[in-house]
Amino acid sequence: MSWETVIGLEVHAQLSTKSKIFSGSPTAYGAPPNSQASLVDLAYPGVLPVLNMEAVRMAVKFGLATGASVAPRSVFARKNYFYPDLPKGYQISQYELPVVAGGHLDIVLDDGTKKRVGITRAHLEEDAGKSLHEGLPKQSGIDLNRAGTPLIEIVSEPDMRSAREAVAYLKKVHTLVRYLEICDGNMQEGSFRCDANVSVRRAGAEKFGTRAEIKNINSFRFVEKAINFEVARQIDVIESGGKVVQETRLYDPDKGETRSMRSKEEANDYRYFPDPDLLPVELDAAMIDGVRATLPELPDQKAARFVATLGLSEYDAGVLTSSKELAAYYEEVAKLLAGGPDLANNTPSKDLAKLAANWVAGSLAAALNEHNLEITESRIDAQRLAGLLARIVDNTISGKIAKDVFEAMWAEGKDADAIIESKGLKQITDTGAIEKAIDEVMAKNPGQLADYRSGKDKLFGFFVGQVMKATGGKANPAQLNELLKKKLAG
Amino acid sequence: MHTFTLAELAKKLRAKEFSVTEITKSLLGRIEASQSKLNAFVTVTADSALAQAQAADAALASGKAGPLTGLPLAHKDIFCTRGVKTSCGSRMLDNFVSPYDATVVEKLNAAGMVTLGKTNMDEFAMGSSNETSYYGPVKNPWDLSLVPGGSSGGSAAAVAARVSPIATATDTGGSIRQPASLCGVTGIKPTYGRVSRYGMIAFASSLDQGGLISQSAEDAAMVLGAMAGFDPRDSTSVDTPVPDYLGTLNAPLAGLKIGLIKEFFDKGLDANVEKLIREALKVYEKLGATLVDVKLPALPLSVPTYYVVAPAECSSNLARFDGVRYGYRCKDPKDLVDLYKRSRGEGFGAEVKRRIMVGTYVLSAGYFDAYYLKAQRVRQLINQDFRRAFDEVDVLIGPTAPDVAFAIGAKMSDPIQMYLNDIYTIGANLAGVPAISIPCGFVRGLPVGLQIAGAHFAEGKLLNVAHMYQKETDWHRQMPAAFKPEKLS
Repeated sequence: MSWETVIGLEVHAQLSTKSKIFSGSPTAYGAPPNSQASLVDLAYPGVLPVLNMEAVRMAVKFGLATGASVAPRSVFARKNYFYPDLPKGYQISQYELPVVAGGHLDIVLDDGTKKRVGITRAHLEEDAGKSLHEGLPKQSGIDLNRAGTPLIEIVSEPDMRSAREAVAYLKKVHTLVRYLEICDGNMQEGSFRCDANVSVRRAGAEKFGTRAEIKNINSFRFVEKAINFEVARQIDVIESGGKVVQETRLYDPDKGETRSMRSKEEANDYRYFPDPDLLPVELDAAMIDGVRATLPELPDQKAARFVATLGLSEYDAGVLTSSKELAAYYEEVAKLLAGGPDLANNTPSKDLAKLAANWVAGSLAAALNEHNLEITESRIDAQRLAGLLARIVDNTISGKIAKDVFEAMWAEGKDADAIIESKGLKQITDTGAIEKAIDEVMAKNPGQLADYRSGKDKLFGFFVGQVMKATGGKANPAQLNELLKKKLAG
Repeated sequence: MHTFTLAELAKKLRAKEFSVTEITKSLLGRIEASQSKLNAFVTVTADSALAQAQAADAALASGKAGPLTGLPLAHKDIFCTRGVKTSCGSRMLDNFVSPYDATVVEKLNAAGMVTLGKTNMDEFAMGSSNETSYYGPVKNPWDLSLVPGGSSGGSAAAVAARVSPIATATDTGGSIRQPASLCGVTGIKPTYGRVSRYGMIAFASSLDQGGLISQSAEDAAMVLGAMAGFDPRDSTSVDTPVPDYLGTLNAPLAGLKIGLIKEFFDKGLDANVEKLIREALKVYEKLGATLVDVKLPALPLSVPTYYVVAPAECSSNLARFDGVRYGYRCKDPKDLVDLYKRSRGEGFGAEVKRRIMVGTYVLSAGYFDAYYLKAQRVRQLINQDFRRAFDEVDVLIGPTAPDVAFAIGAKMSDPIQMYLNDIYTIGANLAGVPAISIPCGFVRGLPVGLQIAGAHFAEGKLLNVAHMYQKETDWHRQMPAAFKPEKLS
C-alpha cells in the first residue's frame, strides 16, 4: 500500500521595521531583557495600540511579489489566550480579513520540473515575548523585548507532497523575503520560523488525512527531518490499526522526533473578534502602486534573465539567484570578465557567463559552505575572482591550476596574479617546450608508445598525464592535446 | 465661595477676589469634611493640588494664565495619573500607581487646572449605582441612603455636593448621564472619538468615551474644548477640529427641531418623571423650538445588544490583569494557573467577574454568531435609526433615567433591574452620538435629568440647547441642603 504525504506550511517572518507594530519601541535583537518594552508593550492599564504603517507596506510588498491580491480593507482581530509572555492576554492578529490573500510561489523539484505552491493568505500580527527559565530555579522570567515585533504569517495551501518539496518552498519564501528586504531571514534568532501541517492519505484518495501541526521548526534541515519523522509515524499509526489524532506536536531536534504538545480537545478557543482599539486598514490604489514601484527584481525574474541573456542553465540560474547578494556577486564577476561596468550594455559572451557561473556556484560556493560563511563574508571578493578567471581566459593558467590558485587565494588573501607569479604556475604555451616534454615522455615509455601505435587509443590519456606531470601541470591542455596527437601518430 | 460654578470661579479668580490657593484649600477642606458622608473620593491629592495652585497663582500674577488656569477639578479614578494611585475602583489596582498621565489629564494639567483628587466609581466602570466599587458605595448627596448612580458616581456626587466644581467622568452605557441625572448635575458624553481614550482604563473600547460632570452646560463648554481633540496615541480618536463651544453657547433656538423618541415615552418611565420632561419641552417651545415625534424602532433592543457587546470587549480588555506585571497578585501561587485563577478571582469583584464570564461566553466558538455577530448587526440598525432621526431633527430629547435615585442595596441582587437603569442612555453609546443630561426638576425631593442627544460631533449644539434651558430655569442651581457652605466647610 503506498501513501501520499500532504504538507502545508505556516511561515512566521519578522518584519525588519525599526519599531514595533503597535508601539514606538525598537525591535533590535539581543538587548538586555525588557529594555525594549514600553508601557504599550507591557500592556499597562489604559494604553492603546497604534499601527506602524511600515509593517503594512512590507506585507503589501510580499503580497505583490507573490501575485496575491492586497485587500483594500483588512481588519485586526484579537486572539485571546492567557500566557505570561502575552501581556495583554490577547495577540493582535488578522483573522477574517487578512491584508494579503491568494498568492503563489513556484518551486523546482528534484527532477527539475516546476511546481506552483499556493499561498492562502499572509496576515500581519504581533510577536509574543519570551519566557526564560535558565538560571531561574523554580521561577520563570519574562522578556518582553520581542513582544509587539511585527510578523507576517504566510500560510500555504496544502500543496506540498514531500519533505523535500516543503524545504524547497520554505527556501523560496526565505529567498523572497530577503530580496524584498522585509525580513532578515535569521532562523537562529527566530526571525524566520515555521510550523508544518502534515497528514498522510492512501495514494489516490481524495480526502485529506487528519493532520498534525508541528510547531516552531527553526532550520531547513529540521523541517525535512521533522516532516519525515512525522510522516513515518502517521503511516505507522494507521498501518497498525490506529487513527491519527488532530493535535499540535513539537519537534525535538536532539532526539529527532516529534511529540504531542496538546490535542484538539485541549486547544484554546481563541475567541477572535475585531480589535475595537484599531480602525480597519484601508489601502487605496495609490498606496499599493507606491509599494509596487519599490519592488526589486525578484528572484524568478532575475533567474529568467540569467537564462535568457547569459545563456545559463535554469539550474545554475536558480542557484545563483538563491540570494540577492550571491546574484549580485555573480553579476559583478561576469561584468568584470566582460570588461565593462554595466552588464546590461556589455553582456559577457555565453562562455564567459558560464565560466563565471561554474566558479561562483562551484568552487566558491563549496568554500563558503565549508567555512560556513555568507557570500558577503567571502574571503575572495568578486574583483579577485574575476581576476583569476581572466587568467584562465587568457591562457595564463589552466582550469586545473586555477583551482590551486583559488585555494591559495582563499588561504592567503592575495590576488591571482601574485600567486601565479610567486608559485611559478604560469602555463606553458611555448610549443617548443611542450614538444620537448612530449619527446622525453615518449622516449621513457617505448612499450606504451608501441601499444598506442598498435591501436590502444586509450593510452592517450596516459601520455597526457605523464606530460602534465613532467610540466608540473602547467602545459596548456589544448596545445598539449594537439601536439601530442601529432607526435604519437609519428 | 465654595459653591460657585466654574465660570464664576474663573471670573472671581481673575478679579483677584481670592487666590487659587485659597479656593483649593477651601475645597480640600470640603472634600475632607464630606468624605465620611459621601465617600466620593478614592484619593485626595492635597499636596500636588496645592503645588498646582501655587503655580497657577504665579501664572495669574504674571499674566501668563490661560482661560482654565487655576480652576479646580477632580478626575474619575479611571484616568491614569502619573505618580498617583489609579484604582479604577478595583482591588485589582488598589496598589497601582500609574507611571503616566492619560491624555485627558495631560491636557487639563497643561491648561493649568488644579487636580483635587480621584473620584470613586463602580469597579472598572461596571455598574449603575456605584455599589460595585472596592472602596464602598458613594452616597447620593440629596439623600445619603440612596445611590448616586454609576459608574461615575463619585464625580457626580462631588459636583452635586459642590466639593469639586467640575469632574471628569466616562460613559460606556450611561455612566456620565445617569449619575448626573440622579445627582441633579450636568453630564456630557461626547461623540465617540471626540476625546482621547489613551490612559482611560478600558472597559468596552468601542463604547467608552470620556466626558464631564459639571454644574452647568457653560462650565462643561469651558473644559470640553481643552479636553477634546485628535490624539495620535488613540487610533479611534477622530481628527476633526474642536469648535469653540463657548462661542455658540447663546445661539438662539428659534426654529430648533426637537425629536421625541416615541419608544422612550412608554411603560417603564415613571409618570412623575415624564411630567417634568414634558414641562421642560414647554420651555423649549417657548424658546421657539418645534416638537416632532420620531421612531427609532431598533432602539428598544439596545440593552440586550449592549450586554453582549460590552461584556465581550471587557472580557478581552481585562485579560491583562493577570497578577504578572502590576496590580493585585495572590499570595504564594502554586503554579501559573493558580497565579491566574486566584489573582483574578480575588482581585475582581462579582459584577466584573459576571461580565467577564458573559463576554467570554458570547465570544466562544459556537456562540459567536448567535450573540456577538447578531449584536453587531443590531448595533448597525440602531446607528441607522439615529442617523435617520438626525436627518429630520436637530436634537432628540427625553428622559435620562426611568426614575429618580433608588436605595443603596435595592437592586444589587437583580442585575437585570440594575441594567434597565441605562435603558435610555445606552443607545447613544451604541451609535457613538453625543448626549447630555441636565437637571429639569425634582420628584419627591430628588433630581430628575433631561437627556438631549445630537448628531455625531454636535457637542456645540447640545451645549447650546442645554445652556439656553439653564438660562430659563434654575434647577441646575439647586444644591443639597446638607452640603451648603454653612453646613459643610
